[in-house]
Amino acid sequence: MLNISNKIIKETGLGQKKIVLVGNPNVGKSVFFHQLTGQYVDVSNYPGTTMEFCCSKFGDTFLMDTPGVYGLSSNTSEESLVRDTVVTADIVINVVDAVHLDRDFFLTCQLADMGIPMIVVLNMVDDLLARGLELNLVKLEQRLGVPVVPVVATKGEGIDLLKRRLHQARPGQASDVVKGLLLNYPGLKRDEALPILEGDPEVAARHNLAPGGEKANIYADRRRRANEIVSAVLKEKTTDTAFAIRLGHWLIRPVTGIPALLLVLWLFYESVGVLLAQIVVGYTEGLMNDCYEPWVRSLLANVIDLQSLVGIVLAGQFGLLTMAITYVLGLLLPLVLGFYLVLAMLEDSGYMSRIAILMDRLMSYLGLNGQAVIPMVLGFGCVTMALITTRLLTTERERRIATLLLALSVPCSAQLAFVTAILGSLGLGYMLLYGLIIFSLMTGVGTVLNRFMSGGSVPLLLDLPPMRFPRLDNVLRKSWTRTFSFIKEAFPVFLGGAFLLSLLNITGLMNKIERFMEPLTISWLYLPNETAGAFIMGFIRRDFGTARIMEIPMDPLQTFVALVTLTMFVPCIASTMVILKERGWREGTAIWLLVSLLAFVGGGLLSRLLSCARSLYPAITLPFAALIIIAILSVIVTISRWRRTIG
Amino acid sequence: MMLDKVKRGDLIKIVSIGEATVRENALRMGIDEGSILICAEVIPAGPIVLRKYRQEIAIGRSLARNIAVVMLARAGEARLACSNLTGEMC
Repeated sequence: MLNISNKIIKETGLGQKKIVLVGNPNVGKSVFFHQLTGQYVDVSNYPGTTMEFCCSKFGDTFLMDTPGVYGLSSNTSEESLVRDTVVTADIVINVVDAVHLDRDFFLTCQLADMGIPMIVVLNMVDDLLARGLELNLVKLEQRLGVPVVPVVATKGEGIDLLKRRLHQARPGQASDVVKGLLLNYPGLKRDEALPILEGDPEVAARHNLAPGGEKANIYADRRRRANEIVSAVLKEKTTDTAFAIRLGHWLIRPVTGIPALLLVLWLFYESVGVLLAQIVVGYTEGLMNDCYEPWVRSLLANVIDLQSLVGIVLAGQFGLLTMAITYVLGLLLPLVLGFYLVLAMLEDSGYMSRIAILMDRLMSYLGLNGQAVIPMVLGFGCVTMALITTRLLTTERERRIATLLLALSVPCSAQLAFVTAILGSLGLGYMLLYGLIIFSLMTGVGTVLNRFMSGGSVPLLLDLPPMRFPRLDNVLRKSWTRTFSFIKEAFPVFLGGAFLLSLLNITGLMNKIERFMEPLTISWLYLPNETAGAFIMGFIRRDFGTARIMEIPMDPLQTFVALVTLTMFVPCIASTMVILKERGWREGTAIWLLVSLLAFVGGGLLSRLLSCARSLYPAITLPFAALIIIAILSVIVTISRWRRTIG
Repeated sequence: MMLDKVKRGDLIKIVSIGEATVRENALRMGIDEGSILICAEVIPAGPIVLRKYRQEIAIGRSLARNIAVVMLARAGEARLACSNLTGEMC
């Protein structure tokens, strides 16, 4: 990394400079950054993957990668950051996608207007021919007034040329409209005056000036200019025959798209839900339980008494060196890595955006837009992982709704395995009723949240990436980088959680909680008092708790109530930790309490409904209960939607 | 007419985009008032996918209801008009 970077300095004679990479989302900035520095950044065929700024330092010179933006102002906090970074740059490298110049040149023209020395990197030039396009490079350089370097970043082509031409970077040609307007701020530099003219409140405040009102004019002019340049330099030679385009259309057309989606979901379930969550994790967890933990205990036994306080904290039931390590390495690591692998493939292929489009309508009922379908689907594999991916969603409101729905209504694959086993022995009717309840919960709670949380669902405005075949090295590298940073963050939280549980156990609080829960279990849920233990276990791991229900003798209706309550009940420790980490302590705790409350209220109501149905119509208990649930759901949905249209 | 009434293959011109922030975001992506686009795909009751050059942009249904367009050519007749414009089959 250092070598290549140093070479840039030598070859260009720049000395101590700051170079900033800027471009639209999904144009290959990060791959390009990697080619230039040898340092890896998260790359995918899905907009918005660079969440943090990446710098590579060489001597006093920095190369900075920035998140993809469509323009520079203060629309989002990311944009503000990119704008401030650009202003302080000595050279800006503007990466554009050769096939999507029309979109990318808005930013290019804005950078030119700002008057910062720049060079344009025309990425993916190899796609031009395949997509039936022809580009006049000479004319483009003339029009923009800056060097334009064609590259294929994924293959490393053109990188040397860029390094040779880097010293030719210069301010681009500002538009005539902007030039005229800039005269209003004679004392300011162009890169400061322009944001003020465009009404950027942050930059204006820094100079104690009122934000200007020329945004609409300048933007319209800039779009015109970008369009003009594109139509002058780009010729469409042949029709766009790329197979990927037709495939992309089939995937969003419901007739072909829905079967394709079902197929992908099934593959996903088989690979992550079955192969990974059950077989691989079973193996790694067994390895940790049978080999690692006894080894640690025998080592510790040499040094301290395992029954002592320190011994229990370190290697007891919730030991820092036993349970915490086993969870992180035996359970979380394989699950997280597997999920990121599948996720990376979905992202890199460009399929994720198509699922979002296909499901947009359905998700809008829940106050979410199509993009939220990804965490929801992932939830049936592992709720913990799904909670992390709620980061993909654009607004806080959507993240909140998705987190609550995941925590409340989605059972993870490990739990589903036990649920299916138990329900299978009870009969098909119970299985169907369970499915209905999960569905009703998601729909009902989603609709109610959508109605009562301020704001509305954000409509979809999505820039569709082309379908591409995922690159294996990219997928592997990305999954590993993400997994590593996740584990690094989760590890201390796990240690803390394990420590807390040990304390509860040692002080006898655990038993008290179990006894404290008895009125709840016996008199409210009509369940035997042993189920309290299952709920406590369910908090540690959902499937442990569910497994325990099998051992408690109950009648079918009781078993069913226990299963449903446990499904709704607070997610496992890992999920709870993630909720606290992602949503903050205050909101995390609120979500946790709300979910527990809803679980027990729901469980109690279900219990009463079922026993009432049994006493009224013993022969058709389940269908009758199902009918009532559907009726309640319809009423809730109708009221929520009706009040929405009135309000 | 509004954008949500458009059919696949139609050649349209954007007349006005309702909300200011949406207008700005769409403009940055390449769609502004006066843009001539092809409707690449309509998902029943779902988003509308518009194409300009080789770029495709999906617009949620609720957004599409607030975007006014004029029809330049219906699907089918659009072939000639847009082949001049973009050299593409529609």
